[in-house]
Amino acid sequence: MADLRVKFCGLESPNPFWLASGPPANTAGQVMRAFDAGWGGAVWKTIGEPIVNTTSRYGAIDLNGVKVMGFNNIELISDRPVEDNLREIYEVKKRYPKHLVVASLMVESKRESWHEMVRRAEDAGSDALELNFGCPHGMSERGMGSAVGQVPEYTEMITAWVKEAARTPVIVKLTPNVTDIARIAAAAEKGGADAVSLINTINSLMGLDLDTFAPRPVVRGKSSHGGYCGPAVKPIALHLVSSVAKKVRIPISGIGGVGYWNDAAEHIALGAATVQVCTAVMHYGFRIVEDMVDGLSQYMDDHGFRSIEDFRGRALPNVLDWGDLDLNYKIIAEINSDLCIGCQLCYVACEDGAHQCIAPHSAAGNGKRNVNGKGVHVPRIIEEECVGCNLCALVCPVENCITMKEVETGLPPMSWNDRMRQLAAGHGRALPPTPGEH
Amino acid sequence: MPLRETAPKLPPEQYERNFADIAPRMTRGQAVVEAARCLYCFDAPCTLACPTRIDVPAFIKKILTGNLRGSARVILEANILGESCGRVCPTEALCEGACVMHEKGEQAIEIGRLQRYAVDYVLDNNIHLFHAGASNGKRVACIGSGPASLACAAELAKWGYAVAIFDRNEIPGGLNTYGIAAYKTRAADSLREVELVRQLGVEIRQKTEVGRGISFAEIEKQFDAIFIGVGLGETWTLGLPGEDLYGVYGAMEFIEQTKVKAFQDVEVGRRVACIGAGNTAIDVVTAARRLGAEMVYLIYRRSEQEMPAFKYEYELAKNDGVVFLWQTQPVRVLGREAAVTGLECVRTKLGAPDARGRRSPVPVPDSEFTVEVDMVVSAVGQGPVTDFLRVVQGIELRKDGTVVINDRHQTGNPKYFAAGDCANGGKEVVDAVAEGMAAARGLDAWLGSPRDRLKPQMNTDKQRQI
Ligand SMILES: Cc1cc2nc3c(=O)[nH]c(=O)nc-3n(C[C@H](O)[C@H](O)[C@H](O)COP(=O)(O)OP(=O)(O)OC[C@H]3O[C@@H](n4cnc5c(N)ncnc54)[C@H](O)[C@@H]3O)c2cc1C
Ligand SMILES: Cc1cc2nc3c(=O)[nH]c(=O)nc-3n(C[C@H](O)[C@H](O)[C@H](O)COP(=O)(O)O)c2cc1C
Ligand code: SF4
Ligand code: SF4
Ligand code: SF4
Repeated sequence: MADLRVKFCGLESPNPFWLASGPPANTAGQVMRAFDAGWGGAVWKTIGEPIVNTTSRYGAIDLNGVKVMGFNNIELISDRPVEDNLREIYEVKKRYPKHLVVASLMVESKRESWHEMVRRAEDAGSDALELNFGCPHGMSERGMGSAVGQVPEYTEMITAWVKEAARTPVIVKLTPNVTDIARIAAAAEKGGADAVSLINTINSLMGLDLDTFAPRPVVRGKSSHGGYCGPAVKPIALHLVSSVAKKVRIPISGIGGVGYWNDAAEHIALGAATVQVCTAVMHYGFRIVEDMVDGLSQYMDDHGFRSIEDFRGRALPNVLDWGDLDLNYKIIAEINSDLCIGCQLCYVACEDGAHQCIAPHSAAGNGKRNVNGKGVHVPRIIEEECVGCNLCALVCPVENCITMKEVETGLPPMSWNDRMRQLAAGHGRALPPTPGEH
Repeated sequence: MPLRETAPKLPPEQYERNFADIAPRMTRGQAVVEAARCLYCFDAPCTLACPTRIDVPAFIKKILTGNLRGSARVILEANILGESCGRVCPTEALCEGACVMHEKGEQAIEIGRLQRYAVDYVLDNNIHLFHAGASNGKRVACIGSGPASLACAAELAKWGYAVAIFDRNEIPGGLNTYGIAAYKTRAADSLREVELVRQLGVEIRQKTEVGRGISFAEIEKQFDAIFIGVGLGETWTLGLPGEDLYGVYGAMEFIEQTKVKAFQDVEVGRRVACIGAGNTAIDVVTAARRLGAEMVYLIYRRSEQEMPAFKYEYELAKNDGVVFLWQTQPVRVLGREAAVTGLECVRTKLGAPDARGRRSPVPVPDSEFTVEVDMVVSAVGQGPVTDFLRVVQGIELRKDGTVVINDRHQTGNPKYFAAGDCANGGKEVVDAVAEGMAAARGLDAWLGSPRDRLKPQMNTDKQRQI
């Protein structure tokens, strides 16, 4: 049985699954129920001078009837008094000493204010501090949140202030709304941060009501840009986690689009030591952690990983710059006509959207018939033409029906960068690298 | 004259439950979820399997985007009776039967119900999608107001023809109004679509029988061309002794009552035998059961394998608790005091297969037995109603009474065109619509239209495929 316990900045968490700072971690009642359900830790809803929220404040993108593919909010930090939050942290810690409670903090950018808040949060018993340098709306206009996190110098400076006062580990939460997140992570590290967490939400506008032209989420016919999160942002989060993992040596808590154990495993394989979840809990409740734990242990058992450390960062060496990819590797598409249902989506995708390498089902057909005796339109890959882009395999609605098979090029691996080096050394010819290729 | 015993009356709401839509209208949520399942196939097999070639993926996609008006337009342009077809088409044998989902091991997309959902939107909201074309000064008469004529008339009206429909019945719609099982569609539903055609300026004259109420000479004088869409006639009689007893019905006669009367007023026996095993026979036995008949027998000379009814129609009758007497041939209707009391039958044995591969039944000697019933319904097919056309020079009828036409639906008399059941011998509503539209194109070309409409409209992608 895999051991899901993780060590994060010297703290032990029963498993890598934490509630991210947000509505699910707003009150002691919620956090305790979350721990009962199996969550290993919780980053409290960001604490600071109480604010006033708008109604409505959330927006969602549904895709073809599937709800909440993407989610956004224009909510600010906790609307509850600092004392209430801190008292509840104290109560939770007393009752759940083995679970981690991280206080997420945001205060005005003054050294004394930060010192004061750090002291109060630690006195309340929080295990660590997360500095919210990421909130992209509302707070940033007041010189907090992403207004700090978008500038490396501010990030470094405020992290350093916090470190002057902090006795517990300091995690800096990063905003993705920057050109180079790794630079900000490095600044946090330089300021003394013990860890970073990422990503916070992405600037977004969810859409419009096309009758009233009110943007969503609607506040008396108006709206404001908000923070995007949920399943849709996972690819962005994974990219940013991997680029930060390559840059800094401090631990990472991965956030963004985690809803299932496999999402979490991906964050971990790209370097995250723990993962945080917000939207998925807002959609389905705390109970989702059960399968996260179960599924991850099963996966680890299947692969012989005894601890999270066994596979943490495993995928990082496979994330290369484009210039280091092998240009002499070639695959082409192959249709399994037994599985093909004849939708011809591959045909139209390749014909109109890619490289015209699939022939439509011919009038004669290949004779395939469905249960009702109706013809099944199986298209044909024109192998000589296929450029191996794999668009068809992506659009094919049948699992494993289109596979990409490797073709021997007889050439040794060679990347763009290899090639540039060879050319610089006076070897090889200019493009095209192989005759007939285009 | 009463039946010997009638089925006990049911509470009114029970009748409504028994005849409730078997494929109820979808909610917006259901429609969107179902539409989202559609893969939006290219050169879609469902479209190819639809006699009217409705661009199924296109109209389904429009449901998904909330463009219901556009969705209904795609449907109705190809098939003005798109709402009825959504309800009554044997979709399992047509579009849904060809859906790629079968190969995927999933339920076929519910194309018929989605189609109805989209068209209901424009009917409910009284949205007018089509308009009569600018007048071209030409006049066409349509005989019959069934699906074939309605489809033909709608096309012609859109192109600027002045069209008049003559129909002998009280209300328009042909069998779509009078003949189709009430749990699929009600007369009022059919009439909503007749209105679509009327809105195009088509004049509909009911209770006017051509050949009797109005003469061919008169029609030929007033109109430049004449379309014949008279469908089929009464059910064939059984040719059995005792057939004149009270309680022997033709299928059409019985079914029509369920469409024009209140259900509690339809006369039905406590025990009913229906002879025949086609789709019409299924409509008879299911209607009889739903009206409260306690024992309903379906009597067929051949075996279950030879049954001509669609499989899912058969399932419907099975679920209604109908008793099937296979390899059973009626020999006489029994009666007392002029009312039916039973049906004498013999068992059959199946002999050598005939030309269509169906094994022919041979009576088994000394196997007579009696089924006690109060009502006998013949559902052995409809006879022709085309006899009245014999006076028209040039029109040729086949032995079975169907009208001979060329590939433009023109009869031997060039002024006359024909389509639907009267020409194809009896198919489905959607076939009558497809053929009525094709006849309109043939007629348009014959009348010298400057536009070539002979080929059905198709988008370029499809043309490339064909
Ligand atoms: C019991 C039954 C159930 C059916 N169920 C289905 C089903 O579920 N789905 C399906 O798709 N199809 C079904 N059909 C078939 C479908 O109803 C027909 O294929 C379709 O209605 C044919 O259309 P039509 O326009 O050719 O003829 P019809 O609908 O028969 O219309 C012909 C019209 O012409 C009129 N007429 C005839 N002679 C004259 C005259 N001399 N002067 C004026 N008017 C005249 C008739 O009164 C009638 O109104 C069913 C048929 C029957 C009998
Ligand atoms: C409604 C809402 C409120 C949030 N509030 C905070 C917050 O107060 N502090 C913070 O650091 N992050 C906040 N976040 C960001 C989340 O902690 C998290 O970084 C982001 O939602 C991405 O994770 P997910 O894809 O699991 O939702 C909030 C997110 C949502 C949806
Ligand atoms: S997309 Fe897949 S299932 Fe569809 S036609 Fe192409 S190979 Fe067949
Ligand atoms: S075959 Fe089925 S999945 Fe494909 S377009 Fe038609 S309804 Fe949709
Ligand atoms: S008209 Fe009938 S066959 Fe054609 S798509 Fe609609 S339901 Fe299917």
